[in-house]
Amino acid sequence: MSRGKLLEVRGLEVAYGGIRAVQGVDLAVAAGEIVALIGANGAGKTTTLKALCGLLRPKSGSLHYEGADVTGKPAYHLVRKGLSLVPEGRGVFPLLTVAENLAMGAYIRNDHDAIRNDFDRVYALFARLAERRNQLAGTLSGGEQQMLAIGRAMMSRPRLLLLDEPSMGLAPLMVQKIFETVRAIAAEGVTLLLVEQNARLALETCSRGYVMESGRVVLEDSAAALLASPRVRQAYLGE
Amino acid sequence: MEIFTQQLINGLVLGSIYALVALGYTMVYGILGLINFAHGDITMIGALVALTVVQALAAAGVPAPLVLVLAGGCAILVCSLLGLSIERVAYRPLRRAPRLAPLITAIGVSILLQYSAALIWGKQYIALPKLIEPAAINIGGAQMTTLQLAIFVLACAIMAVLLWFIKASRMGRAMRATEQNPDVAGLMGVNTNAVIAFTFVLGSAIGAVAGLMVVLYYGIGHYFMGFMLGLKAFTAAVLGGIGNVGGAVMGGLLLGIIESMASGYIGDLTGGVLGSNYRDIFAFLVLVLVLVIKPSGLMGQAGGDRA
Repeated sequence: MSRGKLLEVRGLEVAYGGIRAVQGVDLAVAAGEIVALIGANGAGKTTTLKALCGLLRPKSGSLHYEGADVTGKPAYHLVRKGLSLVPEGRGVFPLLTVAENLAMGAYIRNDHDAIRNDFDRVYALFARLAERRNQLAGTLSGGEQQMLAIGRAMMSRPRLLLLDEPSMGLAPLMVQKIFETVRAIAAEGVTLLLVEQNARLALETCSRGYVMESGRVVLEDSAAALLASPRVRQAYLGE
Repeated sequence: MEIFTQQLINGLVLGSIYALVALGYTMVYGILGLINFAHGDITMIGALVALTVVQALAAAGVPAPLVLVLAGGCAILVCSLLGLSIERVAYRPLRRAPRLAPLITAIGVSILLQYSAALIWGKQYIALPKLIEPAAINIGGAQMTTLQLAIFVLACAIMAVLLWFIKASRMGRAMRATEQNPDVAGLMGVNTNAVIAFTFVLGSAIGAVAGLMVVLYYGIGHYFMGFMLGLKAFTAAVLGGIGNVGGAVMGGLLLGIIESMASGYIGDLTGGVLGSNYRDIFAFLVLVLVLVIKPSGLMGQAGGDRA
């Protein structure tokens, strides 16, 4: 365990039934970094994130968070330590209102005054959510649901935020808005690990990146170097 | 008109008991998608525990109100522990199994509870010792006993508190979140196993109170009494829209009224061919009709998920 690493993953293997979706991934995220994890569909990015946040139990390998071994700890334990995931497909609670969804984000907290402030902060960040606070989340558009999912994760006051495909299925304008928010969250000092299929957008947002193929990390470099790499340009940037 | 008022009163009282039991079915179904067929028998255990406590204490000359509180308390305690253990032992290991497996297990648990009760309490009917002498109140020419009134008021109070709890409390919100997406609820910090166990305890405790009410109302208990009560409460839950807590309340009250009205008028309507002992037909007629005409029930949700 090296110093300054918020999250360190070694030899991570995850299997669904007999299929090994992740086959020995090593990655590390330092406090304050914005790191991208890119790769094609089915490369194992989402599976990796699910194992990191405790939704899936790794078959082997180790997870260290803030220096402590958290391998195999359940999600509800890790979120209390400040590790939060915005899941793929948003995962809002469709039959709870917008405000109730945000309150679920603050489920682990007891500091009622600060929670009230954070409600205002999320509503200031996403005016659309403020307008619709008493509406059921299932009636929101895809982009609004993504805003809600990010706002909800912020309500837990994470130190490390994992974002799974925040741009998926959204109109270009909405994608821009979401990424502006992602940068704003990073500027507040939250460490980010971003999984994206839109490799250019991800690498332009992040400082460092990993490229996954068939369950393995095949490249690891600064975002600028990855953007310049012929292999990445050909396979992921459509050039 | 007097028959109507009388049957309406009887129906509301009976229906409020059905509603309490229906809540246990609907809460567990909501959170696990499982029909807990053992729930009627948990209610039966609550009833028989309450009966035993009443028998023991009434003979010792303990004052009636204290006897009732202690009987209710013991029933709630036993049923809560029972619900907790059943979930842990019989259902949790099957959480990710195909849906048929926990359903068959539920029927197994139901039979296990029935014959365990038969072993403990015997197979004969057990009579409630004379405990209270309910007075009658005259309402529009019909009679309502103070016992009926007490049952109805207590049932409504329990339901109101429960509805508030699920709507407004932190735990209630966690229950609804777990129901809609257990994985994401876990990401929010909810220990979903604990929430599911809590749901079983809550449903079983309410079932225990319903069991005590049945014993007080009919004056007898029996190891098989949970079967018909459970089926009727299940019908009430389906009628209201299974998984919907408000629906269970409405379905229970409605089913009680339908049943009472039917048993009040069936003799006149059939020229005396069928008597009120045929009233059980109507509950299941309702079940069949709901399943054919509106399977999602009166307050069933047609899915608000768009993501």
